[in-house]
Amino acid sequence: MDFELPEDVKALQATIRDFCERRVKDKAREWDAAEKFPLEIVRELGQLGAMGIRIDESFGGAGMGSLAVAVAVEEVARYDGSLALTVASHNGLGTSHIRVFGNDAQKRRYLPKLATAESLGAWGLTEPGSGSDAAGMKTTAVRRGDTWVLNGAKMFITQGTVGDVFVVLAVTSPEKKQKGITAFILEKGYRGFSQRSIHGKLGMRSSDTAELILENVEVPDSQRLGEIDHGFIDTMKILDGGRITIGALSVGLGAAAVRESIRYARDRSAFGQPIGDFQAIRWMLADMQTETDAARMLVYRSAALADAGRPYTREASIAKLFASEAATRACNKAVQIHGGYGYTREFPVERYLRDAKLCEIGEGTSEIQRSIIARELLKG
Amino acid sequence: MPIKILVTAKRVEDYESKIKVNAQGNGIVLEGLKYKINPFDEIGVEEALRLVAKHGGGEVVVASVGTKDVHEQLRHALAMGATRAIWVNHAGPLDQMTVAGCLQKLIEKEKPDLAILGKQAIDDDQNQVGQYLAEWLGWSQATFASKEESLESEAEKSKTPALQLSADAKTLTVIREVDGGLETLECSMPCVVTTDLRLNQPRYASLPGIMKAKSKPIEEHTPATLGVDATPKITVTKMEHPPARKAGIKVPDVATLMDKLKNEAKVI
Ligand SMILES: Cc1cc2nc3c(=O)[nH]c(=O)nc-3n(C[C@H](O)[C@H](O)[C@H](O)COP(=O)(O)OP(=O)(O)OC[C@H]3O[C@@H](n4cnc5c(N)ncnc54)[C@H](O)[C@@H]3O)c2cc1C
Ligand SMILES: Cc1cc2nc3c(=O)[nH]c(=O)nc-3n(C[C@H](O)[C@H](O)[C@H](O)COP(=O)(O)OP(=O)(O)OC[C@H]3O[C@@H](n4cnc5c(N)ncnc54)[C@H](O)[C@@H]3O)c2cc1C
Repeated sequence: MDFELPEDVKALQATIRDFCERRVKDKAREWDAAEKFPLEIVRELGQLGAMGIRIDESFGGAGMGSLAVAVAVEEVARYDGSLALTVASHNGLGTSHIRVFGNDAQKRRYLPKLATAESLGAWGLTEPGSGSDAAGMKTTAVRRGDTWVLNGAKMFITQGTVGDVFVVLAVTSPEKKQKGITAFILEKGYRGFSQRSIHGKLGMRSSDTAELILENVEVPDSQRLGEIDHGFIDTMKILDGGRITIGALSVGLGAAAVRESIRYARDRSAFGQPIGDFQAIRWMLADMQTETDAARMLVYRSAALADAGRPYTREASIAKLFASEAATRACNKAVQIHGGYGYTREFPVERYLRDAKLCEIGEGTSEIQRSIIARELLKG
Repeated sequence: MPIKILVTAKRVEDYESKIKVNAQGNGIVLEGLKYKINPFDEIGVEEALRLVAKHGGGEVVVASVGTKDVHEQLRHALAMGATRAIWVNHAGPLDQMTVAGCLQKLIEKEKPDLAILGKQAIDDDQNQVGQYLAEWLGWSQATFASKEESLESEAEKSKTPALQLSADAKTLTVIREVDGGLETLECSMPCVVTTDLRLNQPRYASLPGIMKAKSKPIEEHTPATLGVDATPKITVTKMEHPPARKAGIKVPDVATLMDKLKNEAKVI
């Protein structure tokens, strides 16, 4: 057993770290406060290849695996959770759905620009009335000859307003429930397709979130993604991969919480000694580091399974569940260690805590992860 | 006209790592250290890539001396865009004469038009290899190649580059840093250039670049196969931390400051 990352993944990690040190570190707080999506930085990440990590080299991507995505997302999250969510969702959701289930023409049309972030990808599954119960969606697609007519709304869609290419799920055979859902690729500007940006999120404030509204949007059959009525089954596979990246994002936030807390525990004195000398603080630091390390191992395990082409549904859910809850605990402790200052924007730890909370909700809540893990354990 | 440039990629301790002297006092504690390409070498790789791109192609060959660990730094240069790499396999202590000797032999084999090295490595800050190399090869040299400023703004990028090769590739004009500011040298080619910090801002190794680097060749040599005697002429006898800095003091006014500078510190 070898716990060293492969050389190419280490190189990727160094590149992303250098980039974030130079371009992200000093800005994250400002973007968060202003809810500003840093488009220029995202494009630069695209130039680096960080937005097309899994896309094949023949389509202009890096052609790397799941572990590479996990390491990249963790690294960005050490500096900015929102930007990490942008990287995670672009690589992992919309782009991946096209990469894995698209036909040749679709891949040729969309992947090269998605690989460099010249266009941004979004993925619409959740609706105002259905999140965990995703198959309970109300958006419909009705076939009229060679065209589909889509009606409905999608909620909380990352890259919803800044996105150019949208993968949207819609009901095509209502009687067949989750076996009656189909995916479509929509482009911004389609008639009847509009976006309404959502503001005032607790965390992940500089990632772009929007509601999508579909009013008689006509979509040619050539924009159908995958088989008719097979969209939901494909979606579950995309979500398995996505969960690894949300786990990785959580690990990055946990690691950032540890980093800042160590610094503060050394610098801050109370009762005539550095607070890092109090056992209460030391134990918090020890727990934070232990849980972050454990979370990272779970994330790496699920990524390694995915890259080996083996089943990883259960492991991805375990990683996502543990990593996200561990990150929230670690970030909460980081605020505690920072005392009154931790409660202000003068220090980044309150932002980490707000960002971490999303990881327990997005791409399947903790409750849904526990349901999946138990289902996998009990199935015959 | 295609040109060929040899650059170097020394493996050095990351400047963010905590460096501690070991218990024996003859070296540093290696556990837990992170390593990087010497930043001055990285600047050299960048400059070489820019020169080659400007002169209608050619080759950037990157070389490093050390154990197999230096592959990490060679791959980094390859990921930035270098064409191929040469590894001089050597374990144990190395001094600047051995390194310059190995580079001399490689250059005699490879016959590049130009060699770009860092002005020094950030581990032991020797600042000697480039100079030895030029002397032994009988090449012209320009050390501390630099620009006035390199904030890398659009205005900066459009400024005259510090390294300019004539169209016939016979002379190289180099702007270099000297104590009083900058000076411009015209060197006949082939020559050795060493880089200073403000020469350029190196590009990142992109992810597709990292993948491409995996299949670029790394050729192996040893000092022995190159005919270089690697016995160190310099040995480290003792290492110690610099004395801890004493806390500063506050003075009430300028007069006291002047008095202290004159009579206590005796610097003015
Ligand atoms: C910032 C952000 C970005 C997002 N990005 C995207 C995106 O890009 N694309 C996209 O499609 N969606 C996205 N989402 C939506 C996200 O996936 C959903 O919010 C999430 O799946 C939860 O759904 P919900 O909000 O409808 O909550 P609900 O499903 O209504 O859940 C409410 C509560 O009930 C619990 N619950 C529900 N069902 C069960 C059950 N069976 N057993 C036990 N407990 C249950 C939940 O765990 C939760 O605690 C995003 C959300 C946010 C906040
Ligand atoms: C919104 C807000 C409103 C406030 N309002 C007021 C107000 O109206 N009036 C007022 O006077 N103050 C007020 N405060 C200040 C508040 O009471 C202090 O922030 C709090 O007492 C913690 O002190 P500190 O921030 O200096 O943290 P520190 O004392 O520096 O503590 C940092 C960390 O070290 C731990 N620590 C410190 N000493 C020990 C020890 N001996 N053993 C174990 N652990 C230790 C702490 O528990 C904490 O985790 C307010 C603070 C906030 C955030």
